[in-house]
Amino acid sequence: MADTLIFSIIIGVFVGFSAGYLGSIMVLEKMALVGDALSHVALPGLALGFLFNFNPFLGGFAFLFGSAVIIWQLGRMTRLPFETIVGALFTLALAVGILMIPEAELLEALFGDITHVNTMDTIAAAIISIVAILLTKIIYNRIVLSMISEELAISHGVNVARTNLLYLSLVSLTVAIGIKIVGTLLVGFLVVVPAATAKTISSNLLRYSVLSSLFGAISSSSGVLLSGYLNLPAGPLVVLSGITIFIIVILVKWASKFYGP
Amino acid sequence: MKTPNDYILSVSNLNVTLQNQTILDNVSFKLKRGTILAIVGPNGAGKSVFFRALLNLVSYTGKIEWSDKVKIGYVPQILSVRDIPISVKEFLSIKKGSNIESCLNSVGLEKDILGKSLSTLSGGQLRRILIAWAILDKPNVLLFDEPTTGVDLDSEEAIYGMLKRFTKENEVTLLLISHGIHIVRDYSDYMLALNKCVTFFGESKEIMNPSLQKIIYGEPHVCIEAEA
Repeated sequence: MADTLIFSIIIGVFVGFSAGYLGSIMVLEKMALVGDALSHVALPGLALGFLFNFNPFLGGFAFLFGSAVIIWQLGRMTRLPFETIVGALFTLALAVGILMIPEAELLEALFGDITHVNTMDTIAAAIISIVAILLTKIIYNRIVLSMISEELAISHGVNVARTNLLYLSLVSLTVAIGIKIVGTLLVGFLVVVPAATAKTISSNLLRYSVLSSLFGAISSSSGVLLSGYLNLPAGPLVVLSGITIFIIVILVKWASKFYGP
Repeated sequence: MKTPNDYILSVSNLNVTLQNQTILDNVSFKLKRGTILAIVGPNGAGKSVFFRALLNLVSYTGKIEWSDKVKIGYVPQILSVRDIPISVKEFLSIKKGSNIESCLNSVGLEKDILGKSLSTLSGGQLRRILIAWAILDKPNVLLFDEPTTGVDLDSEEAIYGMLKRFTKENEVTLLLISHGIHIVRDYSDYMLALNKCVTFFGESKEIMNPSLQKIIYGEPHVCIEAEA
């Protein structure tokens, strides 16, 4: 149990950090709902894994990646906002997933389970997180520039469509590994709330992205730690940790307005 | 005698159609190096789309020929910076120019603005930062789509004065879209009037002529062949 808990905490740190970092873009893009909703798309993939006895993570990732490509292509074809497309897709995926998934595994898929992680899971989570962070770092400025003005970005030589596809794929990857410990229903939280917390106290991108990553890592690892001691599902505790950080940051900011220099 | 090198841009029979609507219709003209050209015309005349065509951001038929070694700096009309925590330094650093401070100097800003967030700047400061962005990698052509949108009158004059000085000192060709008649008269050499097609192409001082204003901004309009 102790080993499993340590592995889960390590996964929590990596997943939280990368979800916070990638989520910082999503919140700026006003795609917060996309991050949240996208995670539910993994459910039918997880169900296939449970039903046919292969790693549910692979099924989840396949569905997430497939959805990211569909969202990206529909966005290009229809010029509809990502949020609209995801809104339509995710309810369908959630419905199909819940109908397909065996009842015994439903809770684990929805809220996460830290009792089944092993060394391989931990190494895979660490490598995937590091790759996702490094690749996102390369395209971070390009995405921000395209948010300021797509024309400005294109005239600067940025291939906006290709950059968005890469970003959505990296989000899919991060969400897929997050599902393992936080569960599909709550993993979207890690993409949204740490970034929202960081945004309230940041005036430049460096501070914003670093704080978002740190808040993600702290919420995720402390939630997992509490889960180990309280014997409760990790997902809801990760959410509670993150919300606690959010409230503390808001209160400190509010107090510093009155009592600050 | 003029050589072909005198011209930095040659546009012939340019047509743009978007969603089955003609946006630009048979636009042709040539532009000399170092000129400040104002693009004028009523709303919906296709001015911004014309810029997008020049930048190859929209599909078109006809010919747009830039001279060799042209390097374009561009400032669009609409930007969304209000919700993004990015400092001026971070924004300008995206372009990897090494002369950030001298560019700030050129647009009349001090280097202490570098630490400020883009979203907290005034309209005038933001426009100056965008101009600094455009000139950061030493372009020889600048395309500005209403560079003083959201700027008060005093700052507007100052920005155009600075732009004119900069372009003349650095032999830069400037194309700008503007709605201000006095701006066109005082700060540009030539004007190209668009209303889907070309309705006038000539010296900017002509814009004070009331009958020409009717042609440029009135309906119905008459298309002309513009070969200067």
